Amino acid sequence: MNRRKTLTAMAMSCLLAAGSIAPARAPYPADPLHSPMWTAHAQTIFGDDPVSFDPRVKVSYPEIAENQRSFPVALDARGLGPGLGPVRRMLILADLNPIPIAIDYRPDGAEPYVATRIKLDQRTPVRGAVQLADGQWLVSGGWVDAAGGGCSAPPVSRVKGDWAQHLGEMRGEAWPMADGASRLRVTFRHPMDTGFVANIPTYHIEQMRVTGPDGQLLGQMEIWAAVAEDPAITLMPRAHPGDTLSIAARDTNGRAYLAKVTVARQSPLPTATGATGR
Amino acid sequence: MMLNRRQALAGMTGALPLLTGAAPDDYRIDPQPVADGLWMIHGADEPMLFANGGAIANIAIIATPAGTLLVDAGPSIRYGHMLRKVAETLTGQPVVRVYVTHLHPDHGMGIAAFDPAIVAALPGTIADMERDGRGFSDALYRLLGDWMRGTDLALPGRRIDQPAEDFGGRRLQLLPLAGHSNADLALLDERTGTLIGGDLLFLDRAPSTPTANLGRWRESLDALARLPHKAAIPGHGPFDPGGTRAIAQTRDWLDWLDTTLRTAVQSGLDMVEAGTLPIPDRFATIAAARYELQRSVAHLYPALEAELLPRVDLPEG
Repeated sequence: MNRRKTLTAMAMSCLLAAGSIAPARAPYPADPLHSPMWTAHAQTIFGDDPVSFDPRVKVSYPEIAENQRSFPVALDARGLGPGLGPVRRMLILADLNPIPIAIDYRPDGAEPYVATRIKLDQRTPVRGAVQLADGQWLVSGGWVDAAGGGCSAPPVSRVKGDWAQHLGEMRGEAWPMADGASRLRVTFRHPMDTGFVANIPTYHIEQMRVTGPDGQLLGQMEIWAAVAEDPAITLMPRAHPGDTLSIAARDTNGRAYLAKVTVARQSPLPTATGATGR
Repeated sequence: MMLNRRQALAGMTGALPLLTGAAPDDYRIDPQPVADGLWMIHGADEPMLFANGGAIANIAIIATPAGTLLVDAGPSIRYGHMLRKVAETLTGQPVVRVYVTHLHPDHGMGIAAFDPAIVAALPGTIADMERDGRGFSDALYRLLGDWMRGTDLALPGRRIDQPAEDFGGRRLQLLPLAGHSNADLALLDERTGTLIGGDLLFLDRAPSTPTANLGRWRESLDALARLPHKAAIPGHGPFDPGGTRAIAQTRDWLDWLDTTLRTAVQSGLDMVEAGTLPIPDRFATIAAARYELQRSVAHLYPALEAELLPRVDLPEG
C-alpha cells in the first residue's frame, strides 16, 4: 500500500468504524490489549494479510511516559531468527493517537530493528507490527499511560521561535556490531508539526533512505508527524567499519536533507552491540 | 439475618468509599524530633502515587520564641491544613513562616493552606512557580484526584533577599543555591547546626532531574559541604545525623548519571536502552532508582545527543 492509499484507507476505516459496518473478511485475532481501535487499524494496515500476536516481536519503552511529546520506543524483530525469512516491513504505531502510525520502515539491507521517540496524545496501546516476506504480520505491544496532549501541544522550537534557524541540522554516528551489521543513530532538527496546533499547518519529515558505499539501499522509511519533534532514529544497517553511509530525507515541503556517516572502526562500549531490553 | 439500625448504618458507612471509588484516607503526618525544637516529617520514598496522596517530600518544623516555622508544605491544600494543625499542636505556637525550597509541587502546592504574606521563597522560585505552577497543578489533579480537591495554585508572598532571618533569637541562614532547579533554597539552623537541604539533597531515594543543571547542582553540593553543619534533612529520604552522607550520595548519583548517559550517547544507545542500563550495586539501598534513571534519560538525553553526536548534514541536496 502506498502512502496515499494508506491515508485514504485510514479515513475510510474510521468512517466504517463509526458506521458499524461489518468488515467483509475473516475476523482478526482477538486483541490482547482490548483496544477500541484494533479492528479499524487492522483493516487499514493488514487488510487481508494473516495476522498474529507474537512476543518474539519485542516492543520496548520506559516504565513511565515522562514526556508525552517524546516517548522512546524500540521495535526489535531480531528475535524471530532467520528461519522465517527476511522482515519486509516494521511499523511503530499508537492506536489512540490521531496520527496512529509513527514510522513504516523497510529494513531492506538492515537488521530488523528501529528505535525512535513518538508523541502520545493520551493513554494508548503502543505497538510494533512486523511483516514477513510471505506477507504475514506479527504484532506485539502494550498499554502506555500518558497525560496526553502530545500531538496537540506546540513544539518547543515553535514556542521558542528558533526552529527555522536550526532546521535541517543533522547529527549522527555509526558503530560496528557483530555479524556485519552496524548501529546508526541520526538526529534531525525539525518541528514535526502535526497540524493540530492552531495556525501551524502540518509540516514534517516524511521519508528517509539509508544507502551504502555503492549506493545499495539498506533501509527506507515513511515517517509521520507522530514522531517527536527533532526526530532521533536508530537503525542497524548491514555495513562494515569504514563504510560511509548516506542518509537522505525529505519533508512535506519538499526540503531535502542529506548526511554522510562513516561507520567507526570500533565500538567504545560493549553494551552498544548487545540486545536492548531489560 | 437481622440487622439493627446501628449495624446497618455502620455497614453503609463502610461501603461508602467503595461506592464513591476515590475517597482516600487522611494523610498520616508523623513528625520525628531530630534536634532541639526541630522535627522532620519523612515523606514516602516513592514516586508520587494516588496511594501516597503525593506526600513524598520531607518537611521540617522548627519551634522558635517568635512562632513556628515550616520548611515546605506538601502537595495539596488538604496536606497543608493538616500540617498546620500538627505543627501548632506540637509546638503550641502559631505558624509564622513557611519557606518553599523550590518550585516542585510535592513541596509547594500545600502553601495554598497558608496566608501568602507568611510564605517565603527565592525570587527565582516564585518566577518558576508563576510559569510552571498551572501545569504542575493539572498534572497533580490527574495523578492524585480527590487528594487535591480545593487546591488552587498559590504563590509565595515574600521574596527572600536577605542572608538570614531571626525569630526571637533563633536564627536561620538562607542560602540561595541552584542546580536541582533554577533556584534552590537551603537553610541552616544555627542553634542546632542542622542543614535543611531541600531537594539539593537526596538520601536512599534517587535524585530527580526534571529541572536539573548537573553542573550547578554539584557546585551547590560543594557549598553545602563547606557549611558548618552537624546534621542534614534531605528533601527526600531519612534524616542524616552526620550531615555528610546525603551530600556524598547525591553527588555520587549525579556523577554516575552524568558519566553513564554521556557514555551511552557516545556508544550509540537509544533512549530506551539507556533507561535499562545496569544500576551499580552501591546504589542498591536507593529507592526509585530505575524510575528516576528513566526519567533522567527523558530529561537529559536530547541535550547530550546535541552536545556529543557530531554534525553530519551536507548542503541541501
